[in-house]
Amino acid sequence: MSLGKQCFTLTKEEKLRKLVRETIHRPPAKQGVNMLRRCALCFSTGKHLKLSYSVVRRLQTNSVKNEETADIVISGGGMVGAAMACALDKFGIRTCTVSPSSIDLFKSVGAWDEILQMRCHPVKRMQVWESCSDALITFNDENLVDDIAYVVENDVIQEALRRQLSKLSERVDVRYSTSASSFIIPGVTPGYDNINQNSWVTVNTTDDKTIKTKLLVGADGAQSPVRKAGGFHTVGWNYKQTAVVATLKLSEVTENNVAWQRFLPTGPIAMLPLSDQHSNLIWTTTPEFAKHLKEIPEDSFVDAVNDALVSQIIADVSSNSIRQLPPTIGGVEAKSRASFPLALLHSSNYAHRIHPLAGQGINLGFGDVKELKDVLVEAVSFGSDPGSLSHLTKYESSRQRKVLPVAATIDGLQKLYGTDFTPVVLLRTLGLQATNALSFIKVHLDTMKGEDAHNIQIQSQSIPQPPKS
Amino acid sequence: MSYTWWDELGEFKALHSMNAIRIPWIRDTLTRKYEQMPLSLASPLQDKVILDAGSGGGILTEPLARLGASVIGIDMVEENIKVAQTHLNQDPHIVSRVKYIQAAVEDLVETEEEKFDAVVSSEVVEHVSDLSTFISSCCKLLKPGGSLFITTLNKTTMSYGLAVFAAENVLNLVPKGTHDWNKFIPPDDLQYMLDKNGLTRSLIHGIIYNPLTNRWTWIQDTSINYALHAVKAEHSKHGI
Repeated sequence: MSLGKQCFTLTKEEKLRKLVRETIHRPPAKQGVNMLRRCALCFSTGKHLKLSYSVVRRLQTNSVKNEETADIVISGGGMVGAAMACALDKFGIRTCTVSPSSIDLFKSVGAWDEILQMRCHPVKRMQVWESCSDALITFNDENLVDDIAYVVENDVIQEALRRQLSKLSERVDVRYSTSASSFIIPGVTPGYDNINQNSWVTVNTTDDKTIKTKLLVGADGAQSPVRKAGGFHTVGWNYKQTAVVATLKLSEVTENNVAWQRFLPTGPIAMLPLSDQHSNLIWTTTPEFAKHLKEIPEDSFVDAVNDALVSQIIADVSSNSIRQLPPTIGGVEAKSRASFPLALLHSSNYAHRIHPLAGQGINLGFGDVKELKDVLVEAVSFGSDPGSLSHLTKYESSRQRKVLPVAATIDGLQKLYGTDFTPVVLLRTLGLQATNALSFIKVHLDTMKGEDAHNIQIQSQSIPQPPKS
Repeated sequence: MSYTWWDELGEFKALHSMNAIRIPWIRDTLTRKYEQMPLSLASPLQDKVILDAGSGGGILTEPLARLGASVIGIDMVEENIKVAQTHLNQDPHIVSRVKYIQAAVEDLVETEEEKFDAVVSSEVVEHVSDLSTFISSCCKLLKPGGSLFITTLNKTTMSYGLAVFAAENVLNLVPKGTHDWNKFIPPDDLQYMLDKNGLTRSLIHGIIYNPLTNRWTWIQDTSINYALHAVKAEHSKHGI
């Protein structure tokens, strides 16, 4: 870095002049360049759509065969991957509940209007109670004016995001029918572990293309290949539980706007409103019972659900008149029953699958998208490249601060309710009743559910202004 | 060597983290001065021509180019130029906007007088032996109304204790022998040289590095590191 006086030969000076001139008198840059010049996403069809997105500068295909460079590659084209691709551009019939903070994200990428136009159902109240006592807790906005959440089918979210993405074809390149086949991550992948960590990540796709990128985002699910390739450390619990999902038909048309959740010793059963006469069931239970539930005839299944939701309440209902009862189930949509095992994972990379207490898992994924977007916007405003560690470490620590408490709280609730041991039942009954009475705790719980409602502001230092002369 | 310049957590990590304050400072000063809305959020420095005097491995040069500027990085050390050029070649997006040249500022004066919107010299002047020539050359290279940005170390007991002794021997922040305290420059001396060359100082502010958090912060106190912005007079001949 040292500078001092040095003499140049004439030829050197000539060369220097030429160099300088070339730089200064280059043609003016194209105006209106956006944060990300190009995105590409890859899809492969199949029962479970496995997609991958990449943010690619299309114009920069190297002379080396099939090699491109991208600012950001997003592997995995599910809801989170699609939302990430939509969010980045700004600078560039399973269901989930969508909490207000996720709705903000959809609004910011323009997808919320699409969702409203398609199909979604508001939740005005959420009632949580248990099977061993009649303690209950309700979450709702006073006077039931504001919706506390929306239940949206995954396909609707996916479709809304896909429509938004198609409007962004200038910068987002969606690669259908393909997915990442292998990754070379410098410093991690065997054979490349001596390479400087700040080098480019190489993504090979199943259609024999190679994309080099500064930032690879793994939005490829709980079994994330990106996470495996990166060797990221994860924190996780295995619940030894299985969730059974199904679309339920109510026995009569009602104003269906309450989310119901009841803790049974084997796990929680939840019912989320879909329409006036349909609700979605998420029943977490032991793998054996889940198998049984999947195999029994439809009418036995309906009886089992009704029994799980209301048994023992009926007897007490006369003593507690304020309580609202969940609607009675009349039937189940054919072929809507499915089950999947549960585990909880979180890594510095994207990968949450959370115990589906009130369907909060996907909101953590959308929370990640929002946070990562903010960090990247800051990185771009500093002229850093998207893979710059100084910015990404902010994302990592901030997400861990938020995701782990949510995961641990949900895990704790599950363990607390997973027992019928009398002293524990007594304590949690007292706790639930006290919590229900103290509104400020509920407000806190509510905020935790929509965990990124208290989104951390990215700190930026103010720049000293020159004195006005 | 080539790895260490671009290792964000390595030998030069303080220079990397310094970008978090010097980039917004340069960016906002330049855009505010011209009172223009940036043409695009991502390229606020579009059409600006900047000289990075003492560009090292290009830690400051590349971000400036990524913000839209055309940047010439000069450095006396051949190895630095090689490292910077190698790293630059990996990013096809900015490669056309950056030129690295092994040269001293004096060498550019004859051909490039009044060509630059800004001259940036960050953590460099404390290594320069003939500072007076360096400053007057920088001034000649600036367009009338152009900006000179300098960050450097003050010549105080405090800067000796922290920036030289502690940084090299206790905290191992920089390689031993990086800094020669005798070459550090008090703001008043720098001010004198600027005045002589017809540059008006518009800002001087202290900056401080926290080695634990690897973060830089603006402070009032200029006794260790400081940042200075000076403006060349409009439409007048520069000084003697």
